[in-house]
Amino acid sequence: MNEASETVVVAGPRQRPGDRFFRYLTAAFGLVAILLAVSLAVSLWRGSQAAWLKFGPHFIVGTNWNPVKEKFGALPFIYGTLVSSLVALVVALPLGVGSAIFLSELASPTVSDVCSFLIELLAAVPSVILGLMGIFVLVPVVRAVEPFLSRRLGFLPLFRGAPYGVGLLAAGLILALMILPYITVITREVLLQVPKPMKEAMLALGATHWETVWGVSLPYARSGIAGALFLSLGRALGETMAVTMVIGNTPKISASLFDPAYSMAAVIANELAEAVGDMHLSSLVAIGLTLFGITVVINGLARLMLYRLGAAGK
Amino acid sequence: MKRIALTLAAALALDVAGVSARAVVINGAGSTFGCPLYTKWADEYHKQHPNVQINYQGIGSGGGIRQISEKTVDFGATDGPMNDQQLAKAQGKLVHIPTVLGGVVAIVNVRGVKSIRFTGPLLAGIYLGKITMWNDPAIAKANPGVALPDEPITVVHRADGSGTTYCWADYLCKVSPEWKKQVGVATSLDWPVGLGGKGSDGVSGLVKQNEGSIGYVELIYALQNKIDFAAVKNSAGRYVKASLSSVTAAAAAAKMPKDYRVSITNAPGRGAYPISTYTWLLVYQKNQTPQGRALKVFLKWMLRAGQKIAPSLAYAPLPARVRAMVARTVAGLR
Repeated sequence: MNEASETVVVAGPRQRPGDRFFRYLTAAFGLVAILLAVSLAVSLWRGSQAAWLKFGPHFIVGTNWNPVKEKFGALPFIYGTLVSSLVALVVALPLGVGSAIFLSELASPTVSDVCSFLIELLAAVPSVILGLMGIFVLVPVVRAVEPFLSRRLGFLPLFRGAPYGVGLLAAGLILALMILPYITVITREVLLQVPKPMKEAMLALGATHWETVWGVSLPYARSGIAGALFLSLGRALGETMAVTMVIGNTPKISASLFDPAYSMAAVIANELAEAVGDMHLSSLVAIGLTLFGITVVINGLARLMLYRLGAAGK
Repeated sequence: MKRIALTLAAALALDVAGVSARAVVINGAGSTFGCPLYTKWADEYHKQHPNVQINYQGIGSGGGIRQISEKTVDFGATDGPMNDQQLAKAQGKLVHIPTVLGGVVAIVNVRGVKSIRFTGPLLAGIYLGKITMWNDPAIAKANPGVALPDEPITVVHRADGSGTTYCWADYLCKVSPEWKKQVGVATSLDWPVGLGGKGSDGVSGLVKQNEGSIGYVELIYALQNKIDFAAVKNSAGRYVKASLSSVTAAAAAAKMPKDYRVSITNAPGRGAYPISTYTWLLVYQKNQTPQGRALKVFLKWMLRAGQKIAPSLAYAPLPARVRAMVARTVAGLR
């Protein structure tokens, strides 16, 4: 609404027909986006109705996925998606924010520009390429490291089990690689927006570089960093190709990161083409709707948080 | 510039010629297993019959069955036969036309083991998670003289829905009542144990990387990538390695019903490889459209020239008896 009133101010009290036409045209474009989102939800619902009617809430909490007996529960897929994305965030957040601090605060402008250009290039790598790299490079490395991890950290259930290489850990790492450029680039941009006088004042008071970053820059930039985080989470949740290539594709819930798992996007991609039974097909669409719902909820929470952070910042 | 103009003129001329000959475009979709062959057939057929163009999309058997049932394509293709319920849903009487045969082979990666042999119950036991060590006495019994290591077995299977999985599970159902009861047969399964790889590449990659693992892939994939595979004991009690001829032998030994919906896993016959399957095209018995008539001519071609092309792409051709039977069925299409 705000934007609309501003447009009127710019255009003056009397609008020419061209202006009006332009306004309606852009409004129509905006509406198309909303319509697309709504019709997507509606068509997913229609396609998955049979599954929801048959299984009800058991579809979400059920752990059995059996295409032969047509019994479907999506919990293992939801678990795999959420945990692999969480692993990705835990790995990528310190790396991304750390390198962004270096690029924005410590590196010379030339180094900073060249490096961030290269990091942006990383974001353009197609996910199937990352998946191939995952199979040929990452998975063998993970397989070699897993016995060591389970010897040292085996007291945690997270690091137990047979070292297959493929599994939640490999999926989380490949996702971390995928979202790292987003976190780094956005965080760097936000940190560069921190007003210089604030930092200079801090330094003038005798603060060290570290104290300036920790006390001024990061608090100032936190809403931007949170935004980067949720953008990345959105990408990680929906990633299909790279994940299915390294996650092991086994719909089981297990506490260990070494064990193979499955993600929502991966099972849809894998089973849709050969899904012969109607209930199987409907259940796959239901997983799509669930994934859609989860991303909407997470994005909503992110909006809310950014709003709160923004309000607190002011 | 001149050359471009010439090319354009030639293209236009070709186009006009095509239109004047009433080009027929036949659309088909389904099986990914048959996709390389069907694309090759379409290509060869178009060379010999320029007025007919066949477009084939390898969208998967499930999609093929759905699309032909709704008549959005002129023919479908599937690796597993349709069941009665699916046939009843189609908009007319659908006919299964067997085209070629495929086999599914077991590949292993066991330290110090060059070649290995399995029986059906052994494979079922491994895939049920009952046999977990390579030096299990049951495996040793089938492989006298082979030094099997004291290592756990890692089971690898297809994660994506696939006709290969269908054939594999169909075989395990026939040799193991427990598999039939607990797991069953479909293109995607609720696997008791194991890792899932995406596609034949994914499965063979996982097997290659994990010592002590076993997986299954299409015979064609193993032949084209020169991967060695295991011999399997057939119902006549002989250990047979899959090959185009042992797969065709399985088809020749099996009894063929009138509607062609037959499973030839665990087929009788001394030379038969037990994990073999037909793959089918799905066409309507009555199809009076120009596409339907052109399709009938194509199917006749498929039974003669098409069968000769199949072995060059590592597909096993139909046995002569079945070919004669299918020829009669094709002649009966209206």
